[in-house]
Amino acid sequence: MTAVADRITGLVGALRAHGVRIGTGETVDAARAVEALGLADRELLREGLAATLLHGPGQRAVFDPVFDLYFPRGVGGPDGAPADREALRDRLAQALAADDRAAMARLASEAVDALGGYGNSPGSDGFSAYQTLDRLRPQTLLARVRADVRGQEGGGAGFADRLLDDEIRSRIEEFRRLVGAEARRRVAERRGRDEIARRGVRPTADRVDFLFANRDQLTELRRAVQPLARKLATRLAARRRRAARGTVDLRRTLRSSLSTGGVPMRPVLRRRRPVRPELVLLCDVSGSVSGFSDFTMLLVQALHDQFSKVRVFAFVNRLDEVTGLLDHGRADPDGLGARIRAEATLTGWHGSSDYGLALGEFTERYGGAVGPRTTVFVLGDARTNMSDPNLNAVRELARRARRVYWLNPEPSNRWGTGDSAAPAYAELVEMHECRTARQLSALIARLLPV
Amino acid sequence: MFTSVDDVSARLAETGYLASPAVATTVFLADRLGKPLLVEGPAGVGKTELAKAVAQVAQARLVRLQCYEGVDESRALYEWNHAKQLLRISAGRGESWDETRTDIFTEEFLLPRPLLTAIRGDEPTVLLIDETDKADVEMEGLLLEVLSDFQVTVPELGTVTATRRPFVVLTSNAGRELSEALRRRCLFLHIGFPEEELERRIVRLKVPGLGQALTESVVRVVGALRAMDLRKVPSVAETIDWARTLLALGAGALDETVVKDTLGVILKHQDDIQKAAAKLNLDAL
Repeated sequence: MTAVADRITGLVGALRAHGVRIGTGETVDAARAVEALGLADRELLREGLAATLLHGPGQRAVFDPVFDLYFPRGVGGPDGAPADREALRDRLAQALAADDRAAMARLASEAVDALGGYGNSPGSDGFSAYQTLDRLRPQTLLARVRADVRGQEGGGAGFADRLLDDEIRSRIEEFRRLVGAEARRRVAERRGRDEIARRGVRPTADRVDFLFANRDQLTELRRAVQPLARKLATRLAARRRRAARGTVDLRRTLRSSLSTGGVPMRPVLRRRRPVRPELVLLCDVSGSVSGFSDFTMLLVQALHDQFSKVRVFAFVNRLDEVTGLLDHGRADPDGLGARIRAEATLTGWHGSSDYGLALGEFTERYGGAVGPRTTVFVLGDARTNMSDPNLNAVRELARRARRVYWLNPEPSNRWGTGDSAAPAYAELVEMHECRTARQLSALIARLLPV
Repeated sequence: MFTSVDDVSARLAETGYLASPAVATTVFLADRLGKPLLVEGPAGVGKTELAKAVAQVAQARLVRLQCYEGVDESRALYEWNHAKQLLRISAGRGESWDETRTDIFTEEFLLPRPLLTAIRGDEPTVLLIDETDKADVEMEGLLLEVLSDFQVTVPELGTVTATRRPFVVLTSNAGRELSEALRRRCLFLHIGFPEEELERRIVRLKVPGLGQALTESVVRVVGALRAMDLRKVPSVAETIDWARTLLALGAGALDETVVKDTLGVILKHQDDIQKAAAKLNLDAL
């Protein structure tokens, strides 16, 4: 039992390193679950540990690869001689056509063994999922698998046949995932499980750095916009309810105390004037920070019913209003960035961002958009490409608006390095580091006006 | 209650609830470890149905607490029957105060609400706390005592402890983030959309008249729609509705006209329908 206990505590440690909060009580529960379920069936064990250790659906994406490392399907490589590439491709095509998951898992293990190995001295050798997939090229099997499936079904007359391509693509994607897991397992056998579990497993989407997120992660983030907005809306509503309680109105308390002979029996609270907060967003959509801007724009747009007015402006070195492009229902999140860059005038003579010019243009052309009830959010890394930061425009903005916040997707220790004008701007307006979706939602919940 | 995970799936299947391995394992563990079960997932995947099926399997009575914004102690836990107490006081004229006082705070005048009902009973009980995310944060504090120790404190009567622990199921649509304290006391189960094979079995069970080939195509189309970025993706409930519709229309196989006419059964927004039509290569609607 001690070996199993070690495995469980190791697994818990790796999950904690990825930001999953697990207490000792849950670890004990996990051990009791293992006792109740036994070690015979790996999938039951996986579900049992997930049920006792996890607290939310987002954590599952981290849990599964970590579980594969601590409770691997087997040890070492597959038996028999290494298979050659063409044979592997043939068998893979068959497995994909039949949608046979067990065969795909077996093939992934053989493929990593035969094609994924690199290096030859102990310590520097290992297995690479990238190299395996690059040599095997499963994506080129699409046409062949399609023909196979149609051949079995006979002609492919059915209506659902038009979905076949997408289905095969998702099976290939599944195979790629299996290869990744297998390569991680093989490497972990060489280098130690704990290290790979901490370094080799991707963090949950809300902890990915905006600046380094790849396309898949950004898509995943975009899907999280709606649920996140719903959560933020309830949190804002709760803040609004609390804020409505107000402070004691001394004058009216004394006035009402006259009816009880001058003894203030019942304090009268100051009524809050219902204000309708307005929001203005200035987004840098140049290549370096576009992932961050797109996500924030969608999030704010999803929150639009919380405000009387939301206006969104995008800029690179020229500035244009894009509120219309974000309209509810019209906004197809995937193509949003491309559409903004196509339909709005954002660049002048060159394509790199210029904060000074864009901010100047904003105060000049859209100065009326900012009033005493407006909260302004500026989104960008404040890298001006060595041009004038135009601090006067920011000063003017800060003077007119109720509040101005600057959300910077760069880590705060890099502010001011190179061409970053962040410290200069931070002196004039409140600047916050905002590297991940998790940080962003915490900031939005705190900073949005109620 | 259950002897093994397979036992759980088999017995749930008898009541007409087809459980995925994840569901069966977690139900088994909730029973073994005696912990409440927190079920999350999109609307229409059978979260509430699960509680009902477990109650039926265990031949237990189902006590249901429906949460809503503003649900409070007197709706969830217990309440004193004031009117009856007043009647008792006026009926017992001539009694001394001490007699009356000890008499009106007794079981007779207590109105038990779902949580207290579930804890006091001697027979096997399944307590379903539905849509926990709709309740206010204060309500969660109340649940903590009930869920960790299975006891309720009534100041006038003392602490009521469960003689037989109820099987507790909490459901949530993730409208609000439940507190960490509540999550820690529960086993967590996320019911997502079922695998293709399981969904085929569900459709076959719920709509037995539908042909084999048609069932297969229905499940494939719904699966493809779920992979898309829609405002409201179709759930299992919608799959079953669609299958029933097709059966009622007497459709032998899916074709463009049938799909075009019935797409409204599975998709509930006009822009979703348009997106899906483009994806499925239907002519403009």
